[in-house]
Amino acid sequence: MLIVQGLLEGLFNGLSIGAVLLVAALGLAIVFGLMGVINMAHGEFMMLGAYTTFIVQNVFKTFGSPWSETYIIFALPVAFLLTAGFGILLERGVIRYLYGRPLETLLATWGVSLILQQFVRSVNWVLAIAIVIFSALFFGGLWFIAKRADYDRIKTLVWTIMLPLSAAISGAIGFVLAQTFKLTVTKPWFGAQNVDVTAPAWLRGGVRVFGTFQIPYARLFIIILTAACMAGIYLFLQKSKWGLRIRSVTQNRTMSSCLGIPTQQVDSLTFALGSGLAGIAGCAISLLGSVGPNTGQNYVVDTFMVVVVGGVGKLAGSVVAAIAIGTVNYFVGSGTIALLVQPIKPLADFFTFFATASMAKVMVFFLIISFLQFRPGGIFPQKGRTVDA
Amino acid sequence: MLQISDLNVYYGESHILRDVDMHIPEGQMICLIGRNGVGKTTLLKTIMGLIKPRRGSVDFLDRPINHLSPDKRARMGIGYVPQGREVIPRLTVKENLIIGLEALDNPPKNQEIPEEIFELFPVLKTMLWRMGGDLSGGQQQQLAIARALMGKPKLLVLDEPTEGIQPSVILDIEAAIKKVVKATGISVLLVEQHLHFVRQADWYYAMQKGGIVASGATSELSQDVIQQFLAV
Ligand SMILES: Nc1ncnc2c1ncn2[C@@H]1O[C@H](COP(=O)(O)OP(=O)(O)OP(=O)(O)O)[C@@H](O)[C@H]1O
Ligand SMILES: [Mg+2]
Repeated sequence: MLIVQGLLEGLFNGLSIGAVLLVAALGLAIVFGLMGVINMAHGEFMMLGAYTTFIVQNVFKTFGSPWSETYIIFALPVAFLLTAGFGILLERGVIRYLYGRPLETLLATWGVSLILQQFVRSVNWVLAIAIVIFSALFFGGLWFIAKRADYDRIKTLVWTIMLPLSAAISGAIGFVLAQTFKLTVTKPWFGAQNVDVTAPAWLRGGVRVFGTFQIPYARLFIIILTAACMAGIYLFLQKSKWGLRIRSVTQNRTMSSCLGIPTQQVDSLTFALGSGLAGIAGCAISLLGSVGPNTGQNYVVDTFMVVVVGGVGKLAGSVVAAIAIGTVNYFVGSGTIALLVQPIKPLADFFTFFATASMAKVMVFFLIISFLQFRPGGIFPQKGRTVDA
Repeated sequence: MLQISDLNVYYGESHILRDVDMHIPEGQMICLIGRNGVGKTTLLKTIMGLIKPRRGSVDFLDRPINHLSPDKRARMGIGYVPQGREVIPRLTVKENLIIGLEALDNPPKNQEIPEEIFELFPVLKTMLWRMGGDLSGGQQQQLAIARALMGKPKLLVLDEPTEGIQPSVILDIEAAIKKVVKATGISVLLVEQHLHFVRQADWYYAMQKGGIVASGATSELSQDVIQQFLAV
């Protein structure tokens, strides 16, 4: 009886760890799996999603109940849109110049991930206002001037004047603000410490299944959220017009463009979708513990693992891989396996050794590496780079 | 309709197309012939915008299109059936056809395949739900042509549509193209090795080592030219 309970507990916990992995990996399955872009800043997009949840929570707290209890519902779309926006910026500003050059993409996005980490540490009113003013001056000005017929000719001149000018103006305004209002504007919003998102009351506690085993509502929520995201992606890719375009472009970019598909827009949209899903994942992980500037880093390796083990480009593979990794991780980490093989002394000792969170991870990585030796293409390998939801 | 002037194209440092001039008048079918590897496909790819010429210009509907991306050219009305068909493998036949609607400015709301397509290519009707990559070569060729026609092109560009296809299907494809030209009056640029099909065109250009070396009405296609430029 105890063993059955242990197994069930393990399965459910594995499923819930898997769900967290999966929700984190979904966005990457699209960006890396479908587009073939290695985005090292994916974890930071999750972190941004988590911070967005934190902000939405604080704003809704000031509204009092019932708003303060429902903030999570609103945080999801806000986080999705915000990170999707960041995703478009990253794709348009950096990645599109690097398509087909994985090494450069990796380095550039790694740089972006460091920038984003530092950004949440040091962002304050001065910085935020300066960025807004700079963007308004520079991009607004460019947009205005680009309408002139002779823009192509004076382009370099415009840039050399506008860039330092906008930077100087926004810098000066920031400086003046900082001098006048002192700490009220220079105090970082979040700082380097972790911030806490408190799950709303209805997500605290859990349902008792049997004995002492209970399923936390927060985990249940994440499982349902993951399932909903999966269904949403599936429907979007299979049934919508843009989904068809995305599938076409990922399979044959050249021919797709010859048929009239605007491939650049498709790229932006695909990237935005993947980034937005990272935002949703950030929302989800904020329910599991405090979030800090480094939160993203804790997840990014795991998510790449899920995508690679599942088979690049196969969404179904990511699902299986996430649940498998989650389950193995839990069974090893919680000592359940050690308990099961107790009669065989050396084996039990072996598994007891790995029965901590970090050692379990070591073991999972080891298993993954050996697995990939036998099946380099992942669980569902595929020929070429195609999408198959 | 399509005017190519002084076109010079390179792959890296190798000079592929040399000073190519070509004119495709409205409503005419033009055939480009030449032995393997002379640069026929390269010319069509340059027309589509897949390769940027180093010198020279391509004008379509009296507008220079050198700087336009392939999708813009498709939207202007150039329908492209590449050598090797390039059917999207993991999309169904129906989805492949619907992708063809992308070239239209105002695609119809209901995504149904018009009957005309099935009249031209009856085989497609029975396999709408099959994956494009699972079709036979001949079926894929018909699908690729049908897909280009879905976008109602003003100029249809065909790169060796009969390559590796059995004679009876070649006749089907030929008949379909002739029917479309007759019904819609579109222009066609055809790269072809198959003499019977070449004779359907109004005018031919013969290419050798990346340059146009002969041209004339296909009705006056001499044995000499056939011997020299067609692999018969
Ligand atoms: N991507 C490429 N890089 C370098 N050279 C190329 C490339 N594609 C084609 N070539 C060369 O350009 C020349 C012209 O090729 P192209 O494909 O245009 O010939 P073709 O006339 O279409 O021949 P075929 O009748 O065999 O289709 C060939 O010599 C070929 O080797
Ligand atoms: Mg060719």
